[in-house]
Amino acid sequence: MAEKMATREAYGRAIAELGKTDPDIVVLDADLSKTTMTKFFSDAVPERFFNMGIAECNMTSVAAGMAACGKKPFVNTFAMFAAGRAWEQVRNSICYPELNVKVIGSHGGLSVGEDGATHQCAEDFSLMRVLPGMTVLCPCDANEMREAVKALVAYDGPAYMRLGRLPVETVTDTFPHYKFEIGKGVVLRDGTDVTIVACGMHVQMTLQAAKILAEQGVSAQVIDMHTIKPLDEALLVEAAKKTGAVVVTEEHNVIGGLGAAVAECLSTQYPVPVIRHGVQDEFGRSGKAMAVLEAYGLTVDVLVERALRAVAAKK
Amino acid sequence: MQHNKPLAVLAAKGRLLAMEAVYTAASGHIGGSLSAMDILATLYGEVMRVDPQNPADPNRDRFVLSKGHCTPALYPILALRGFFPTADLNLFRSVEGHMSGHAEMRHVKGVDMSTGSLGQGISAAVGMAMAGKLDGKDYRVYALLGDGELGEGQVWEASMAASKYKLDNLTAIVDVNGLQIDGPTAEVMPVEPIDAKFAAFGWHVIKADGHDFDSLRAAFKEASETKGSPAVILAKTVKGKGVSYMEDVADWHGKAPGDEAYETARAELEAALARLEA
Repeated sequence: MAEKMATREAYGRAIAELGKTDPDIVVLDADLSKTTMTKFFSDAVPERFFNMGIAECNMTSVAAGMAACGKKPFVNTFAMFAAGRAWEQVRNSICYPELNVKVIGSHGGLSVGEDGATHQCAEDFSLMRVLPGMTVLCPCDANEMREAVKALVAYDGPAYMRLGRLPVETVTDTFPHYKFEIGKGVVLRDGTDVTIVACGMHVQMTLQAAKILAEQGVSAQVIDMHTIKPLDEALLVEAAKKTGAVVVTEEHNVIGGLGAAVAECLSTQYPVPVIRHGVQDEFGRSGKAMAVLEAYGLTVDVLVERALRAVAAKK
Repeated sequence: MQHNKPLAVLAAKGRLLAMEAVYTAASGHIGGSLSAMDILATLYGEVMRVDPQNPADPNRDRFVLSKGHCTPALYPILALRGFFPTADLNLFRSVEGHMSGHAEMRHVKGVDMSTGSLGQGISAAVGMAMAGKLDGKDYRVYALLGDGELGEGQVWEASMAASKYKLDNLTAIVDVNGLQIDGPTAEVMPVEPIDAKFAAFGWHVIKADGHDFDSLRAAFKEASETKGSPAVILAKTVKGKGVSYMEDVADWHGKAPGDEAYETARAELEAALARLEA
């Protein structure tokens, strides 16, 4: 039985573990430590945990000041507030001065569920990707998250990472060749008819879709694109040349996210049909997480249909 | 007042360089820079532990220009203290150089934090003070805010955090010149009573005359001796200080003087410097 764990929990455990041995790691939270899972860090290293209260803008600029003094701050809140409310602080206090702050957005996407649209952020990739010098990550499972946290601690510069609320199956550790590197996508399954590029828990969905497609005689290549910026353009071009059709799937608005990034890349470097599977420029709404995802078409069935459409669109 | 002569000369030279930079650039925030000049001269001339030869010293005192538009005060003072040549100021706000309109830490030696978006600098200063406590270092952190800037909610978020973490290594200075771009602060968005507000947020409040070096010196001493809480110096100032036609005129917040106005200002400021050096 494969491990099933939310990426927020894997993150919380990983940063706590690394924090024990790296005295420069500091963790800041905005009154959400029980749910962003930074409680693991506050239990393990209480002297370097700072609860900044419900004041995300201040927290973000405080982290910048700490980074200017050599600390490695990780700021934590929901994606909506990390990337949304404090966007201008991320831009002017962190990215413009190129400071080493990691902005962690938990509860990304519509799978927040019951809390509804004010807390379901489907715009964070877009908001963060547009900032010069920003790195943007969205790992898909606990194994990838542990690797990503290690890589972020080692990386000196601004970065944003989205975490998910729902427990998800760990899949990346089942691929013997799997290796995590910021900016490098991973081909999880080879195929010749269509490439499906995914991030976050849509990676697991894509692996299921590829199996269904195979039963229908369509060979789908699956790319785990955990890094949205800098985008692995070389891998995308190689894939486009090989399969001639691309679907991008993400728990994000089709405007501005991974799908948009892939379309921007391929339209200039190797034009092929690119279909963006995601939130169709709408706000989310309350409901059980899986029911909300279904209501917005973020399901395996719809993804399979999009893949078939991409294949049909090939010249 | 002989003991204040070095600071007065530093400030007078700073005012001349500020006026020249803004005139040359035909752009820049002169009013609030002139009001803040004596505060900056006191900090960099006497109070702060900084070494222009080693601007990145991890043990140095830090200064954050939270009112980040007042680079015509900060850059000349840094240049006069030897962080970079005064000739660099000729490229103030020019695309040819790195003397950006708002304070910029990546290219201007001696600048400890990039600022410009109001309210963010004080938070960064809080972070620096927290890092200093965490590392057991004895450096102090200074942040200069405008009274108009106090309209930003983030200032009060930062104030709560500074109080929570008992940042007695942090001193904020508010340049209380009473004017902002659109007019008197009391009309645009009344911020008084500033003293009672900071006191309610747990800060030790010190009042000073922002153009009297004895008053400023005493205020910084009291701030550094405050234990268990951050201190804020409310420095009463005159916007446009030192240039007769700019004093207390909101219109000179972000406007550069033309040829004639510049000559008048330069003559006044040169005369003031000559009197000091006589």
